[in-house]
This record gives sequence, structure tokens and C-alpha cells, in this order.
Amino acid sequence: MTDVELELKGITKRFGSLVANDRIDLAVSPGHVHALLGENGAGKTTLMNVLYGLLQPDEGEILIDGKSVRFHSPKDAITAGIGMVHQHFMLVPVFTVAENVTLGMEETRPSGLLDRRKARNDVRELSRRYGLAVDPDALVEDLPVGIQQRVEIIKALVRDASVLILDEPTAVLTPAETEDLFRIIRQLKDGGTSVVFISHKLKEVQAIADTITVLRRGAVVGDKPPSATEDELAAMMVGRDVQLVVSKAAARPGDVMLDVEDLTVVDETGRVWVNGMSFQVRAGEILGLAGVQGNGQTELTEALIGLRPIASGYIRLDGRDLTHSTPRQRLHAGVAYVPEDRQEDGLVGAFSVADNMILDNYDRPPFASGINLHLGAIASNAAERVQEFDVRTQSADTPVGTLSGGNQQKVILARELGREHKVLVASQPTRGLDVGSIEFVHRRIVRQRDHGVAVLIVSSELDEIYALADRIAVIYEGRITGFRPPSVPVEELGLLMAGSEVPGGPAEAPEAEAPEAEQAGAGESS
Amino acid sequence: MSEQAPPGPPESPGSPGPATATKQKDTSEASHRSFGQILRESILEGNSVTVIFLAIFTAIVIGGLLNAFTNTTVLDAWGNLFSAPGAAISQAWDTAIGAYVALFEGSIFNPHTVAALFQQASFSTAIHNGYLAAVFNPLSETCVQATPLLLAGLAVALPYQAGMFNIGAQSQLIGGTILATYLGYGVSLPPVIHVIVCVIGGFVGGAVLGWIVGELKARTGAHEVITTIMLNYIMAYLLSFLLGNVMQRPGRSDLISPVIAGNAHLPRLFGSTLRINAGFLLALACAFGVWWLLYRTTTGFEFRAIGKNPSAARVAGMNVERTWILVMLIAGGLAGLAGSAVIQGTDFSLNFQTYGTFGFDAITVALLGLGRPLGVVLAALLFGAFHAGAPLMQAQTNTSVEIVQVLEALIVLFVAAPPLIRAIYRLRAARAAGVAGLTGKGLA
Repeated sequence: MTDVELELKGITKRFGSLVANDRIDLAVSPGHVHALLGENGAGKTTLMNVLYGLLQPDEGEILIDGKSVRFHSPKDAITAGIGMVHQHFMLVPVFTVAENVTLGMEETRPSGLLDRRKARNDVRELSRRYGLAVDPDALVEDLPVGIQQRVEIIKALVRDASVLILDEPTAVLTPAETEDLFRIIRQLKDGGTSVVFISHKLKEVQAIADTITVLRRGAVVGDKPPSATEDELAAMMVGRDVQLVVSKAAARPGDVMLDVEDLTVVDETGRVWVNGMSFQVRAGEILGLAGVQGNGQTELTEALIGLRPIASGYIRLDGRDLTHSTPRQRLHAGVAYVPEDRQEDGLVGAFSVADNMILDNYDRPPFASGINLHLGAIASNAAERVQEFDVRTQSADTPVGTLSGGNQQKVILARELGREHKVLVASQPTRGLDVGSIEFVHRRIVRQRDHGVAVLIVSSELDEIYALADRIAVIYEGRITGFRPPSVPVEELGLLMAGSEVPGGPAEAPEAEAPEAEQAGAGESS
Repeated sequence: MSEQAPPGPPESPGSPGPATATKQKDTSEASHRSFGQILRESILEGNSVTVIFLAIFTAIVIGGLLNAFTNTTVLDAWGNLFSAPGAAISQAWDTAIGAYVALFEGSIFNPHTVAALFQQASFSTAIHNGYLAAVFNPLSETCVQATPLLLAGLAVALPYQAGMFNIGAQSQLIGGTILATYLGYGVSLPPVIHVIVCVIGGFVGGAVLGWIVGELKARTGAHEVITTIMLNYIMAYLLSFLLGNVMQRPGRSDLISPVIAGNAHLPRLFGSTLRINAGFLLALACAFGVWWLLYRTTTGFEFRAIGKNPSAARVAGMNVERTWILVMLIAGGLAGLAGSAVIQGTDFSLNFQTYGTFGFDAITVALLGLGRPLGVVLAALLFGAFHAGAPLMQAQTNTSVEIVQVLEALIVLFVAAPPLIRAIYRLRAARAAGVAGLTGKGLA
């Protein structure tokens, strides 16, 4: 490749004693999609933040068209033609698309007023050229996540970005939206824009990239063509061979453990999040609840654990009515819970690993008698669990907030699985985890199933649903649009996730045309 | 970095409402923190013991400069700087140091009293004539001044640990003084029992006010900062009303209560000349009790978990609302005990000056003590020493007592802004781990 446009040479970035980037070399050619693949903490985002001027490298240089440049702020990077779409969008929800796009580079007419027309035309023009289908006058808060992401892309393009950095762009998208994004990326590529695509998802990287650079622990492990196998890439990322799909025996479902009947959950504003939902989970099976984020999964799990009042319907655990129990009563009744947002709901970041290991068990023997805490029991429990779950931490007294996401999740699993439980509700159990940790978490979940626990997995990652579920339910707008066996093709799940009720799925009872009938099918389908 | 703060729906600061209400869309890892939490973390976690000591040192240096350059003699000397530069500098130095020496002599130890002690004919006459007591008087006064600061400081520190800002130690202290005083003069009881009843009365008087705050927060979501500030006004005016009516000392037209019975006095520890009394021991016992509660009991585990992350605590099955009420009730009781210690230990009657600014000094004490029981003890002793030494400083060096308040304010200012101290002393930002943690999150 002769016409190298962007080159990073020997970039090193340290945070204290931690080397986030260790002499990284990277060359992005024009009109190429260059994927940066690596586990969490491999240094992908740090590297891109250096490139985008958010961080200053300790060593190394950035070359554009062979000339060394120095970015002191994102402004410099933008001027040099680099655009970035962050994982978390930087949009003002109450502004229109056009307003968001011009924010920070507002152009005025001679009269001093904002030139709104030009902004609108810019958006329309770019939208048309790349088939983005974005309405310049729509309010950002009304747009689905996939479209908001396009607004971010337009923002970068309006600023004449010739290198576009996409940081984990598919994390928030549905499979269909991901396909759309890939189409857009290809169009950008054809237009000569280079794209740096950051991800830890192997399949996506293989699908879209022209070149794949694998990072591990802050250093480049090597470059691979997209034809490399998944196993090969995963091994490079993790540094050892990884089992991508946990092997599991066929489920042997027992009695119904978790019985949810006609459940309706309404929030304070009167919005219905869960709308008459019914399903059952049997001992020794994993029910995977698939669906695009924001379709009531969060509300459902919170209602299951007792954090949200239930408007109508029942929740029974092993025949016992828990509909109006407090969270504590449910935990004691045998519900283990892995929350969706582990840092917000699962852990007290400032507490030690040991204290987090007893966070919902601190008031029971052996950790306490009366109101006295038994520090000895807490410490030995922590030592045991750290060992058993292979939590990588300096000590059990380390604040849990300083651990990596994977190790934090292990702490939660160690706590929840260490308690007596009949049902495990795990929401997005591997979100943001690296390949190695995903393997570990999946294996533990399957082991719980094999021990006769009824498992409900809520996930927006179809890979995860396929890897774990013995039965798949799809949620859309607070309803279950269908139950399917794990052999269901992904296209069909995609349709169900988008709300169309595909009749006659193999696992469905014959009367599946009527939406209510799905509930009847729930119990039998396994 | 800016990416840590995605534009989300604005959350009302410290909104205690259902923690799950605002999370429909925002499932990102960037955790939303309430204003109170951020403030608390920046103060509590940004400080090391080193920073605290440097803050005190810096405040003393600046206080000395202020003192020197507001002194007319010094300013005159500086007016003649060019004719007698040495005089100007030494004059400034003498003024600043003189004030601190007097402050030290008034609060800890005065060599003159020792000299006087050894001039006595015999040890027994020395004791009898109060020369020995004079040696220890500064320390005794420091403890006396520290007692209410310590108790009220705990009343701020404990809610701190549970994620709440108790600005209402003042009102709770007033509540305690009212009940303790009333029980002190209004009922007649045998010696030991009367003391105990009044102390319990002080606790209850404060606890009621704390409970109101907790109950309002738990039931209606009213932020404790607002309610405690308002209660401070309400209680100040209620006290003024009571002192002018039902609690007014017969035959007096000013706002003062009757004197409490001798049986209700907290016993003095080292004879009648030294004012140090059982209230100081009570305060130390409370500090130990708060430490034990926080770090050795399931209740304290709940307090701290809720303080650090209420939503995780809720998921773990803790009753957040009930804990808020309990925390404020105990905190109010502690502040009430501070009132009790003042009335029963030193003042013996209640007037409008009794409560002074203890309730507000308590906030600074809790800040300086980093919200931890031992820290509060040390901070209360420091501020107690300032208060005890200030009168002697004024008498000997003609320095205004207000310089002590300037010192306190400067200390808290520096403690509240650790980066300032780090910058002054070029401390290496002891946050390498913090930065790594931050970027670790960014790498997700």
C-alpha cells in the first residue's frame, strides 16, 4: 500500500504504572475499513482517544500523509479530517438533527442569525449521498438508537472527516440496524472515507473489515485478513485457545420453578412496559429472552426481583406467590439475580471485593448474628470465592470498582451462585465482557442449569441467546411475540424482535395465531 | 473525559425517588451520580491524611500573614520598610508567632503555670491553691470546647457515610438543649437518675428533629439539605418563643431559662476548678459507638452500602427508606446530646447564645475528619483547641478572636479543594489508580 493516509507510529500511553498502549503501530489506508479487535482493556479506546486528541501520547507520533502532526484537542483532530462516533452518543436530545449537526460550528447569515437552512441542506445532502434516511428536522430524542448513530456519522462527515472512528458501534443496535450500518460503512468506503472500526465482536469484524489489527494488553499482537477464522482471532485476542460456544448437554427440564402469569408493569408516568406477559421456566432449563433493548426487559427483570410494583398478574416461585414480596423476601425465597447494569445495581464500587461478596447476604449466618458482623467469616468466604471463581484481584480488600468488568461480573456471580437459589435471573450477563470472561460466565450458567436451577437469561446479544438457551422467547414492546427452539433461524428471530408475530413457529402450540395463545404454548414447548 | 457523561435526561440532584425510574434508555455503564454523592466523593475520597495536614499547615501560615498584616504596629513598621527593613519583617514575624503562642498557651499548655507551680512551697499547697489545676486548665478547656463539636460532628459524619448531608445539626442541637434544659429544671429527681434522664432527653429532643427529616425524605423525597436548613430556622425561632414564654426564668425580662438542678449537672472529672466533665467521656463513647455501628454491624453495612450506591443496596434487598429514617434519627440524637453536654456540663441554663454556631462548626469538623469517627474526634479536638485558646490570644496579643474562625474556614477551604493543596506542594496526584480505573471504564 503506497497511499497511506493515516499512520500511528510507536504510540505509547501510560496511566501511572499501567501501560494502556505499548508502542502501537497502525496504518490506515484511504478507503479501507480497518478493524481494531481486542478485549476490554486491551487499549483500543485509549488508542483512539489519542488519535482523536482527547489524550496526549507519552511517546510516538501520528502521521497524516507522511507528515507528523500533534493533536492537542479534538478540535485539532477534526481539522485534520478525523471524526469519531463515541460509544455513548454526544447528542442534545431536545435539539433537531440539523441543530445537533451544526452544534459547535454554527454558521450565521450576514444578519447574524443562525443559518438553519444551510444546516438542513447539509444533512439532507449527506443523507441522500450515503442513503442514511435521516430527517433533518426530527428531534433527536424521538429517533431510534440506530438513527441517532447516523446523526453522529453525519456530524463527522459535515466536518469533512476522511477518517471515521467508530467505537463499538454495534453495541446498541439490532441485527437489522447492524446490517444497515454495514451498508453505510461500505458506501462511505466507496466514497474514499477510511473507517476505523473498534469492536470485540469477531463476527462483525470479519464481516466488515478489510484489515484486522488485534490488540492485547495494550500492544499489537498482529494483523489478520478478514478471512481468518474466528477461533484464530479469538486465540489472538485472549492469548490462548478459547471455546467460543460452551458445550452443553440437552436440557432435562423438571418442575416449573418460575411461573409468570399475565404480568403487567406500569411506570410512574403510566407507560406500560410489560404488557400481560406470561412464561414459565422449569428447573434445569435455560429460557433465553431475546429482544432489542428497551422493549421492557429491564422493567421485567426489575419486577421479577421486586424493584418495581406489579400492576397486575402473578409471579410464583416453586408454587409460592411472590407477586408482592419485597426484594429481600424474594432473595431469601431463592432468586439469584445478575443485574443488567452491574456497576449501578450489582456492586458497591467503593466497597471491597469481600463486602460485595456478601452484599445481599450480610445479615444472615455465618456472616452475622444479630447485628454483629463476623469479619472472619466474611474474609474467609471472600478468599474461598475469589479462588473458586478465579477473580483476578490484588486482594479481597481491593475496592471492587477498580476491577475489570469481567472480574466484577465474577464477583456478582460468586455472590449470587453462592447462595441457596432455585431460580437464576441474569440480565445481559456478559455485556461488555471479553471473550475469556464470556466463556467463564457461560460455563457457570450452564453448570447451574445442570444442577437443577431454573435459568432466565435476558440478552440483546443473539449469539448469547443461541449459545445458552434451551428455549427462546422474544420480547417486543412488553409482549412475548413468540417462543422458539434454539434451532430457529436468525432471520425469524429478527422478525420477531421487530414485532412481527411470525405464526407457526416449530415450538408453538397450534393455536399460535392468537397472541394470547403463546402463553399456553410456553409451558409445553420445552 | 467528556465521554463519561452521555447526554441523558437531566436527573434532579440527589433525587431519592425510585432509583430505577430514569433508567429506561440509559443502560450505559456511566453511572449517574447525584450532586450530593459527587460532592461527598470529591471531599472524602480526594483527601489523604497528608493533604489534611498540609491544609492545616497552609491555613496556619495564611492566618499568620493575615494576622500580621492587619496589625497596625506591623503596618507602621512596613511603612518604614526602606529605612528599617529588618524591623518590618521582625515585627510581622513577632505578631504572627505571638498570636499562635498565645493560642497554644490558652489551649494546651502554658509554661508560666508550671513555673508558678514549682514556686510553691509544697506540692500539697500547690494543689490546694489551684496551681496544679492551672497547669491543666488549657487542656481541660480544649476538651470542654471539643465536646459539643465532637458530638455534633458525629451527627454530620454519620449521615455522610449513609449518603446524606445533615446541615441540621444546629436545629437538632437546639431540640436537645430545649428538652434537656426543661427536664433539668422542670422535674426533680435523685442525683444520678436526673443526669441520665436529662441526657436521654437531650438525645430524644435531637432525634425527633432528625426523624422528621428522615421521614420527609423517605415519604416525600424532600431533600434533607432543604429540610434541615429550614428546620434550623424553625428551631431558632421556636427557641426564642419558648425562652420568652414558658421557659423564661421568673423575674427576668431577657431570653433565658431557669437554671437546671444541681442533680442534673454532668459530674466534673478532676475536681471543681477544671471544667472538663463527663460530657467529654460521653462524646468519646459516642464516637466509638458510631465507629462500631458503622464498621462492625449489619446496620452499619447497610448505612455504608446505601451511602455509596443506593440502587445496588436496593437490589440487594436493603430497605433504603427505612435506613434514611434510622440514620437521621441517630444523627439527630447525637446532635441533641451535644446540646445536652453544653447545658448539663458547662452552661446550666439555656439562652440564645448557648447553641452558638456548634451546628455549623460541626459540618466543618465532619469535613475535616473526612466523615470518619476517629477523624471527627481529632478534628473536634483541633477546633476545640482553637476555641479554647482564642480568648487568651485576644487578651495577650490583642489579636481578634475572629482570626480563629478565619483559620477554621481556611482549613476547610483547603480540605474541600485537595487539588489546590496538591498544586501548592507539588504532590504527585495520588490518583494513578483512579485514572486507570476511569480509563479502564472508557475502554469498554
